Amino acid sequence: MTDTQAPNPVRVDQTEPATPKAATHIKMSARDVNVFYGATHAIKDVSIDVDMENVTAFIGPSGCGKSTFLRTLNRMNDTIPIAKVTGDITLDGEDIYSPQMDVVQLRARVGMVFQKPNPFPKSIYENVAYGPRIHGLAPNKGAMDQIVEQSLKRAGLWDEVKDRLHDSGTALSGGQQQRLCIARAIAVDPEVILMDEPCSALDPIATAKIEELIHALRGKYAIVIVTHNMQQAARVSQKTAFFHLGNLVEYGETSDIFTNPREERTKDYITGRYG
Amino acid sequence: MTVFALFFLVVGLGLIGWLTARARASRFATLGAGKRHSLPSQHGWYVALWTAAPALLFLAIWSAVSPSLATQEVLASPAAAELPAFGFQREAILSEARTLAEGNSFGAFNEEAKALAPAYAKAQSKYRWIGTALALLLAFAGGAYAFSRVSPMFRARTRVERTVMIALLLASLIAILTTVGIFVSLLIESARFFSVVPLTDFLFGTHWSPQIIKSSDPGASLGAVPLFWGTFFIGAIIAMIVAIPFGLMSAIYLTQYAAPSVRKWMKPILEILAGVPTVVYGYFAALTVAPAVRDFAVSLGFTYASSESALAAGLVMGVMIIPFVSSMADDSIAAVPGAMRDGSLAMGATTSETISKVLLPAALPGVVAGILLAVSRAIGETMIVVMAASGAATITLNPFESATTVTKQIVDLLTGEAAFDSPKTLAAFALGLTLFLITFLLNIVALRVVKKYREAYE
Repeated sequence: MTDTQAPNPVRVDQTEPATPKAATHIKMSARDVNVFYGATHAIKDVSIDVDMENVTAFIGPSGCGKSTFLRTLNRMNDTIPIAKVTGDITLDGEDIYSPQMDVVQLRARVGMVFQKPNPFPKSIYENVAYGPRIHGLAPNKGAMDQIVEQSLKRAGLWDEVKDRLHDSGTALSGGQQQRLCIARAIAVDPEVILMDEPCSALDPIATAKIEELIHALRGKYAIVIVTHNMQQAARVSQKTAFFHLGNLVEYGETSDIFTNPREERTKDYITGRYG
Repeated sequence: MTVFALFFLVVGLGLIGWLTARARASRFATLGAGKRHSLPSQHGWYVALWTAAPALLFLAIWSAVSPSLATQEVLASPAAAELPAFGFQREAILSEARTLAEGNSFGAFNEEAKALAPAYAKAQSKYRWIGTALALLLAFAGGAYAFSRVSPMFRARTRVERTVMIALLLASLIAILTTVGIFVSLLIESARFFSVVPLTDFLFGTHWSPQIIKSSDPGASLGAVPLFWGTFFIGAIIAMIVAIPFGLMSAIYLTQYAAPSVRKWMKPILEILAGVPTVVYGYFAALTVAPAVRDFAVSLGFTYASSESALAAGLVMGVMIIPFVSSMADDSIAAVPGAMRDGSLAMGATTSETISKVLLPAALPGVVAGILLAVSRAIGETMIVVMAASGAATITLNPFESATTVTKQIVDLLTGEAAFDSPKTLAAFALGLTLFLITFLLNIVALRVVKKYREAYE
């Protein structure tokens, strides 16, 4: 990307009016969060609010900490023994790192979709039924069928797979696999969905489908999406946070970030001067 | 000159060839219009190989052939006329004469041997000289031929590389050819066995008592079913009941739960367990476990419990196999992409749900292959059952009773004093062949499963 292209080619979603701040409901809130990987200081004093009504995008160059920060929101960093998180992160005002918080329940409320589609080597049906089954959400087969159908419909995959629900999930195309993973995340009826570069392994058509899906899901779930693709951030999000070297440089309305950044570093990044 | 000295002489000639060819090649190294093709040392190797390889090959063949040539010459001499015509005596005298001629012995029991010794010595020295002369001639001829070809454009590198390739190929063929040889010899001996005992009697007969074989109907007491049942019972049932759960659980603990510091010392210890000689496990089984198992059985009310019970041998064999199952399962669980684990954990699954619902199903083919290989190891295992299992062939489901295995019976059959061509001894080869085929099949199935599984993830 060169200077001349920016900021004009960035198409900000204009179909919806910018929501007044007073009306938004803050879902997750982070205050002075630091993350250390051993001696590496990966996230430095990040404070951010994620609200229910908007899609929030995290952008920034590779290694800026955006994925690391995303993983603190459902404590996926717990699986890395050397990772240490300080600061406060709350979900509906509840501290998610407090000893009272059960990580299993937290992750049922804060779902996650990964960079590479990772369906389990099971059937399509079983992939979607996995979460409801471990959380005991479906009392009987009929209820489970309904959850699976509804989740697949919401993920926009139902029409493509309804006749082969018992084929392996790994046999689907990359884009279908990623929508299956979204359906899997939706199936436990989470409140927040975290997406870690969900389109980076997909072709443009599959990417467009995922982006449409994010639009459709907006409002039902608080959505946080990490992306290295700025056009994508502009297309799907209403709020954008720019990370650089572990710092949160700027956070605001997507339209402001892309057309009128306050910080010099944000401007340099979105105009393609580095990153 | 002894073969040993000759060997070093030929190698020395090769070294000289290497030095002179390298010296010559390094002189014309960068001269002339066309640049040299190969490095001086490659020319050196070319000449050295031509000098030493044919001569050494000849030496190897000659030292195998010349003793019998010498013997034939001695037999043709007048001194041999008084020898007994055939049989044991004749062989003994000849071999005594040979040792006398070589100066390794100072007296002889047979007068004839003393008479033959000078003739022997003469023939031996004659053939030794012929061998020496031919080997040196080959070395010089080969060296000279190769040296004459040393020139800037000569492609010594290609030729040396090809020789290296052939040498490596031969090395890798040796293991394969040995296996084929073993298989063929088993096949031949088994064919002799099956010419006396009908195949069906052996495979389906349920009575095994090789001590008492009726010459009219040898098949009646050579039914192998009890042996295969015992092998299966000890190696594939009791041992696996021990090895599969513990091996699997230790693999799960090591890959999923253990802190890196724990894994660091626990894995090597498990691997050391795999390196304990099986004879040590055998002691352990026979001296410690078997009496304990018998006492336990008696306390349970089995008054006739055997001190050579199937359970004792199977338990110890299972313990022996644990590290094997554990490391195979460890590998296949570790091969499941980390994204599967993350995906499951991010759904709110616990670690144990993730293991039982995602990781183990995904790793299952690898685990199954590991178990098949473990079974094939267990049923081929010999030392533990030789020391701890019984010799009595019974078909039983009671683990406190005695049971015997194929390997144990093979040892018993071959360490007896029976003639080498009796049905009793030959039965050992038939048992060996059957066991070979079973483990071979198990290994093939296991490898195929592993291969299929690998394709699924790459």
